[in-house]
Amino acid sequence: MKKWLGEYGMLLVLLFLCALFSLLTLKQQSATGSAAAARVAATVEKSASPSDAILVIGAAKKPSSTLAAMVKPQLEAKGLTNVSLLVGTPRDLKLLADSWSEDGAPAPKHLIISGDVESWTVLEGIRSSHPEITWTRPRERWQSDFLKGSNLVAIVDRIVVIAVIAIGMTLVILTGGIDLSVGSLIAFAAVLSTLLMKALGGLTAPSWSVWLGFLAATMACGGIGASGGFLVAQFRVAPFITTLAIMMMARGFAFLLTGGFSIYQVPDSLTWLGQGRTLGIPNTVILLMVLYTVAHLFMSQTRWGRYIYAVGGNEEAARLSGVPVKGVLIFVYLVAGLCAGFGGCIQASQLGSGAPNLGMMFELYVIAAVVVGGTSLSGGTGKIMGTLIGAFIISVIQNGMNLLGFDSYLQQVVLGAVILVAVLLDKLRQGGTGIRWLRA
Amino acid sequence: MIMKPIEQEAPLLEMRGIGKQFPGVRALTGVHLTLRRGDVLALLGENGAGKSTLIKMLGGAHEPDEGTIHLDGRAVRIRSAREAREAGIAVIYQEFNLVPAMTIRENLFLGRERTRFGWLDHDGERQLAQQWLDRLGLKIDPDTKCADFSVAQQQAVEIARALSFDARILVMDEPSAVLTDQEVTKLFAIVRDLQAEGIGIIYISHRLEEIDAIASEFLVLRDGETVAEGAVAGATREQLIEKMVGRPLEDEFPSRSIRLGPERLRVEGLSRDGVVHDVHFSVRAGEMVGVFGLVGAGRTEMMRLLAGADARDHGVVAVDGNALSLRSPREAIAAGICLLSEDRKGEGLVLMHSAVENFGLPNLKRFSKGAILQAAQEREEFSQYAQQLRLRLHSPDQRVRELSGGNQQKVVLSKWLARHADVILFDEPTRGIDVGAKFEIYQLMNTLASQGKAIVMVSSELPEILGMSDRILVMRGGRLTGEVPNDAHVTQEAILKLAMLEEVAA
Repeated sequence: MKKWLGEYGMLLVLLFLCALFSLLTLKQQSATGSAAAARVAATVEKSASPSDAILVIGAAKKPSSTLAAMVKPQLEAKGLTNVSLLVGTPRDLKLLADSWSEDGAPAPKHLIISGDVESWTVLEGIRSSHPEITWTRPRERWQSDFLKGSNLVAIVDRIVVIAVIAIGMTLVILTGGIDLSVGSLIAFAAVLSTLLMKALGGLTAPSWSVWLGFLAATMACGGIGASGGFLVAQFRVAPFITTLAIMMMARGFAFLLTGGFSIYQVPDSLTWLGQGRTLGIPNTVILLMVLYTVAHLFMSQTRWGRYIYAVGGNEEAARLSGVPVKGVLIFVYLVAGLCAGFGGCIQASQLGSGAPNLGMMFELYVIAAVVVGGTSLSGGTGKIMGTLIGAFIISVIQNGMNLLGFDSYLQQVVLGAVILVAVLLDKLRQGGTGIRWLRA
Repeated sequence: MIMKPIEQEAPLLEMRGIGKQFPGVRALTGVHLTLRRGDVLALLGENGAGKSTLIKMLGGAHEPDEGTIHLDGRAVRIRSAREAREAGIAVIYQEFNLVPAMTIRENLFLGRERTRFGWLDHDGERQLAQQWLDRLGLKIDPDTKCADFSVAQQQAVEIARALSFDARILVMDEPSAVLTDQEVTKLFAIVRDLQAEGIGIIYISHRLEEIDAIASEFLVLRDGETVAEGAVAGATREQLIEKMVGRPLEDEFPSRSIRLGPERLRVEGLSRDGVVHDVHFSVRAGEMVGVFGLVGAGRTEMMRLLAGADARDHGVVAVDGNALSLRSPREAIAAGICLLSEDRKGEGLVLMHSAVENFGLPNLKRFSKGAILQAAQEREEFSQYAQQLRLRLHSPDQRVRELSGGNQQKVVLSKWLARHADVILFDEPTRGIDVGAKFEIYQLMNTLASQGKAIVMVSSELPEILGMSDRILVMRGGRLTGEVPNDAHVTQEAILKLAMLEEVAA
């Protein structure tokens, strides 16, 4: 248990973040559905006389609009006949409220507001100029925005590309290397696959063209990754430089291939992978589970997994022990390329198009996920599941800040700080000179 | 006014009742150590006895859990390398603290660079550096890169640096392990000078003949406790060994019955440009061949060619009559040749990984079905070898970084034994290993030979070569300068002559 905690201590950080955001985004949710509408009608009936003017306001969006629409007939069924309905924007309400004071048209005795209307600022004005109006808000249970099913899926959708690529990056970093090219390969793969679909018929292309596009783009990126790995293994070129060069070239090719434009001429089935569901479960969730299970088993239960750790731990000792070091190096960059290419396909599927400016800076988020997940940049130690946790930590932080309405620039500052703190915590947990220094 | 009698003067260094607990291990218990001015105190004990922990406390790397350290009678705390240096303590560890890519001068002044008007004072540094090197009798240009020097020379530079801090207490952890006899003689001359200056010296070595030559006092640790101390003059070598090992010692080298089989390993015209030239020899099954030479004679380089670690330019290497291509260590291992490297930390082990993972590394093919590892099988076989080799560890998952030198070497041995190779190359198999473990390793080598393996052993220690080998090869300047059967007629002088003389009489 203690050992497990040591290896997956970051899981605690992730759970803490989830708990934190769940609490911070906890709020009373607007009621929805016909039962809620009936409750509202019953409340109003108690205090209103049949002739009272009643205004039901709903925002143009669901579920606010549907609730408002359901409240009106409910009131009328209870004998309240002077009911009007406004479904629209704050501007519509403003115009209506202004008419109350100007031509002496009577203001309603009751206001029923639902859903998003609650946050309209125009309500403040009405409240001060017509203090006599009774307000009713249909309210119901407390729930956390963070824990909503749709939000949890959004967290996965946001991170799926980074998490998939982080598998390959973990392997590379375990050997003591780095791969900066993955962000550009996202764009390259997205562009290549969608161009292929466009060539095979565009909007009316058969659905197998999607899979062919994905396969071709993933393989191409794998090839690019493996060639980089060959340079690293055979000529001892620094991985940083090799992949930096590939990063520039891949990005350049993505722009050259498209002339800088996005590619929308793709069949509808492109979006199945990134947006579809199977048996009610989002495909992205299934994908992550499958890929991470395979990667985890590979790294912990196979010979080659052990070889990768050994090369990162002590390359010379590994070589003298008969480990095919060059093969291992080429292999990890091949996997990184495959993962980046596949990640690009997922990205294209999520967006329903391909564009040469996709995946900007993604290499850095991917590296951050791997390092936050506890893999050492100097190689030899780290765990695949740690990387998954690291990726989710990043996604949860971004998502939580969005829900809390953080400014997007501020989000970057916070994310950077959190990465530093996470890595620092990890170092302190492992012990070492830092702790001595803190104690002194 | 009261005159203090001179005997009551506080000792230079006193460690009282020192105890230290590490997770799962009791490293030291109630150890006392006293060092007076001009003493050379030999700190003795097997690997894992607690010597390193004790001296790391002087160097500021560990703090004692129990007990106190006194300098000139005053209690002090040493919390960092800097505080140790300021207290006048210099520790020379076995691992070098030199930056290979920097010059000797830059290394000597690392962290205390001399400046003039804010700019580096190269000339001033050079002069001082030259003085320090001269003091050790080192003929070295301080502006050469560290990486260009041999291990022995780098060690000497380490000593020069330690001395340059005007230390009053000098701690040396096996300084002689990487020095040749000549260099050890020089080192002793320096130690005696320092002794005369009143500097106290703590000297760790596994070579007991050095203790006789240089030390005045001794302290023996076993399992973290003091088991004996006193004046060197009053103790015999055998007594010291018995104290260290905790049991009476038999012969230094175990005997074996020699049964030679057919030729196993044949080497013809083996060359690598500039390093190894035209080496011929052969080893029969069951034979142990010792290779002697001074540092830089090309012994390690020759072994690396045999193991496929470096590529050879010419020559034939054959095992059981089959010529091998040996383009990589992988091919050598597959052909049944394995090498126990002299640099076990740098080349033999993945220090951050566990003992069982290190053990499995060359044997993973055997421990897997298809691509899937059979971890249980791996662990079971490892525990068999661990038992056979008397490997001391808490669990197979313990990181080898935490093991003592002898136990690390046993992990390396275990991983190669599990290969069941026909030709085993030992490069300095007992370097930095205590007396008890040495004997065990010798026994193991004998067992391997009696199983019909061909064994080649490189060693810098002549007694080891003479005590273990059936035949002795001598190298100098990358060439084989002699081949001597190890019989009653052979003398150390004859072998040294072959190793050192410019021209050998034909």
